[in-house]
Amino acid sequence: MVRTPLIGQPIERIEDLRLLRGKGCYVDDIQRPGLLHAAISRSSIAHGIIKSIDVSAAKEVDGVHLVLTAKDLPQPTPTVPIRLFPNEKMIPLCQPVLAEKKVRYVGEPLAIVIAETPASAEDALELIYADIEQLEAISTTDDNRALLFDNLDTNCGLVYYFKKGDMTGIFESADYTRSEKFHVHRHTGVTMETRGVVSEWDAEKGKITSWGAVKVPFANRRILASLMNLREESVEMIEGDAGGSFGVRGEFFPEDFLVPHCARILNRPVKWIEDRREHLLAVSHARDADCVLEIACRKDGRILGMRADIKTNVGAYFRPTTAITPRNLGQFVLGPYRVPGYEASVSAMHSNKSPSGTYRGPGRYEADFFRERLFDLVAKDLNIDRVEFRRRNLLREDELPCAFPSVEPNPVLTELDSGAYEEVLDICLKEVKWDEKQHLQGQLVDGLYHGLAIACFVEGGAAGPRENAKVVLESDGTVSIYVGSSAVGQGLQTILMQIAADELELPLEKLRLFHGSTTYVKEGFGSFHSRSTVMGGNAIMLAATELKRQILEAAAEIMQCSANEVTYQDGIVIAENGSSVALEAIADRKLSYEASFANTKHTYTYGSHAVHLTVDPETGRVTILDYIAVEDAGRIINPLTLHGQGIGAIVQGLGGTLLENLVYGEDGQMLSASLADYLLPLATDFPNIRSISVELRRSPNHPLGAKGAGEGGTIPAGGLIANAVAAALESLGVQPLQLPLTPDRVWLMIQDAELARSTAAASVA
Amino acid sequence: MVMQVTFNLNGKQVSASVEPRLTLGDCIRHTFAQTGTHIGCEHGVCGACTVIVDGDPVRSCLMLAVQAEGSEVTTVEGLSNDEYLTPLQQSFRTHHALQCGFCTPGFITTAHAFLTKEPDATEERVREVLSGNVCRCTGYLGIVEAVLAAQPAYRK
Repeated sequence: MVRTPLIGQPIERIEDLRLLRGKGCYVDDIQRPGLLHAAISRSSIAHGIIKSIDVSAAKEVDGVHLVLTAKDLPQPTPTVPIRLFPNEKMIPLCQPVLAEKKVRYVGEPLAIVIAETPASAEDALELIYADIEQLEAISTTDDNRALLFDNLDTNCGLVYYFKKGDMTGIFESADYTRSEKFHVHRHTGVTMETRGVVSEWDAEKGKITSWGAVKVPFANRRILASLMNLREESVEMIEGDAGGSFGVRGEFFPEDFLVPHCARILNRPVKWIEDRREHLLAVSHARDADCVLEIACRKDGRILGMRADIKTNVGAYFRPTTAITPRNLGQFVLGPYRVPGYEASVSAMHSNKSPSGTYRGPGRYEADFFRERLFDLVAKDLNIDRVEFRRRNLLREDELPCAFPSVEPNPVLTELDSGAYEEVLDICLKEVKWDEKQHLQGQLVDGLYHGLAIACFVEGGAAGPRENAKVVLESDGTVSIYVGSSAVGQGLQTILMQIAADELELPLEKLRLFHGSTTYVKEGFGSFHSRSTVMGGNAIMLAATELKRQILEAAAEIMQCSANEVTYQDGIVIAENGSSVALEAIADRKLSYEASFANTKHTYTYGSHAVHLTVDPETGRVTILDYIAVEDAGRIINPLTLHGQGIGAIVQGLGGTLLENLVYGEDGQMLSASLADYLLPLATDFPNIRSISVELRRSPNHPLGAKGAGEGGTIPAGGLIANAVAAALESLGVQPLQLPLTPDRVWLMIQDAELARSTAAASVA
Repeated sequence: MVMQVTFNLNGKQVSASVEPRLTLGDCIRHTFAQTGTHIGCEHGVCGACTVIVDGDPVRSCLMLAVQAEGSEVTTVEGLSNDEYLTPLQQSFRTHHALQCGFCTPGFITTAHAFLTKEPDATEERVREVLSGNVCRCTGYLGIVEAVLAAQPAYRK
């Protein structure tokens, strides 16, 4: 009987058996004997000079063991380092783990309290008095009234420059040029489980163990070891279950040093669990960018060149992934389109807001909004159908691979790998019934304006440099698989076991997958940039191939023949003479292999989204009637989990476009620090969403052929919805250039457009 | 100050001396070590901490432990067994109604209490009831499908 491959099957998740019974183990579920509890005192001032912090009364609270401010830390005060694309200019702009001389955002840690119970720790927080001399709070990207850092003469931390082709004369000689200014608001991942750390110091071994590591445990171990002045082997990070990451959670935060540091001082285990208000104040924020985008075209709509001047509001400090957003912004403005000449600068601007980091589709969501919105404006100017405009400019297959714009500083070379961009566009148009519905475009039906839009995108995945996997043939004939990838709720365990099962030709019951501790494999890189399936999967394939070779050798020895006279099939080694050996028979030989898969080329999932929506002119409310996403993920490992990623990503994109907004007042206070103010999508908001994955073009860059997926649903949502709202309200002259499109803002745009029309009419009269 | 509280938790009488400010959610999780109930926001919006108190779904972050005196409290653990997934749990698995699993216990308790009372609800009604719980991963499609598909198991 031929074994049916598990890759490509909608295998029900292995993780679910625990999670559905409430048997997950999230960080707050960790209990240790003698556990103490931490609470963080945070700045209520956005920008100011610290005169003094009085913790004497807090120390007197019943049950309080320790209160630390920056003065009590090893000097110089440790700072949170950069994980991705570190640059020496960022070093003075990194965050001290406790504010030292200045505070730079509301929510910045000032002190840590350790007490017997969470309640007594919080009681003590009330008695900490910080005397802070207030400075002007900076909230936008063009404000230098006050400087965040003494060593800079503006609030610009770093500028990235991008270039592609030759720009000489392009704008001067083009038939048509247009420039437009856009803004994307600040929002972020908001995981359902808030952050948390449990740390325990083993004084005898001089070893620290931290639970609650998510996303990048190996990188965080390296960072913690260096900050605590320990060898990496003396730091263990244990993952447990993660209540969502989406990029924002799991990077190294100040608390990831403070909690283990206090555990070492007190020689007692310490737990810190972030509350929801702290989460909204102090987790990495995202988006928040201003862009002036210029385009030069021929009369027929063919793009000759684009220019972008982008300022992204990175908040108070550079943190581990802050550099990614400005870099992606500059590189992804072109999307899947042919743009012969391109020049851009992206400035990382500091402000008195929470430091920013990556969030699902970092920089790409923003870049796609700028580009797709501009394209619809250009198509209208040139009187070209918006679909036709995209067709004329989409890269054809014979133009791939296509290099991305160069980036400086910290250059990286990458290229769009493979894709049938126009084919997917056609599938999407057909699915949304584009032609049949064109008569509704801009029409007022029963008091609602109808609009349709389409957008194309590319999504990056499979960031390197490596991932490790170890396979071990256990004494009972089962195979254990250890990976350095980490699970953040995406179903990684099931996906990687499907890959392993096919490679080893074994049923899932014969396999066990282990991830989630920095002791399992030599090194690991974690879950970010849609990389785990590709990187972990390929590492498993390499390790399994070698294990099968070892198995053949061992079995051949038993059967007294040479390894090339035996074959491996479904967990049994068969010799040419018909004799066979099962895995159990060689299980005592301790066969194992650890492989490392390295890559330099990323994968680029691509696709198109279309939407049909209505706008209520009385309330400004946008209602989605049909949303369709079509994307080519190369090779689908598990259609069930991929579909889940697709739908989840779309709804996050729609939430970010229509509901979510991290609002700061002029004084730098955050005005949306509860879930009653920061609106997450609910079950009633977006019922009509469809996600279709196709397998048209595998990634040519690695054996598995899959492309990183899970962010594509989010990336085009902003531009797409804004274009559909513009189409719906065309007769009113509304052209949204800023997000979000919350009902109040859409309503205001309608009022403004009406006012502009009546003013124009009056001046004519 | 401490107060004595006694209630029935998943079929067992439990009793503890607690501070009156202790929430039912923290009490279940930390005093009685039933960690299936998750605390997501502590201000009654996200629904992750939903437990069933005397038949009604309740936010255990908004109810004090001492208010549960004499009540019957059911958590996700009380709706589970080690041998098999219940029809509701299996339906969640089949329809991929969970990813990270953090909000899931709150959806299971909410859906169980709801399906017990209204096993014939329309999709619109299902969405309305579930809109009291936040899920950040799934976009709700699988959850709504799972709850609708579990209806037959709750019909008498």
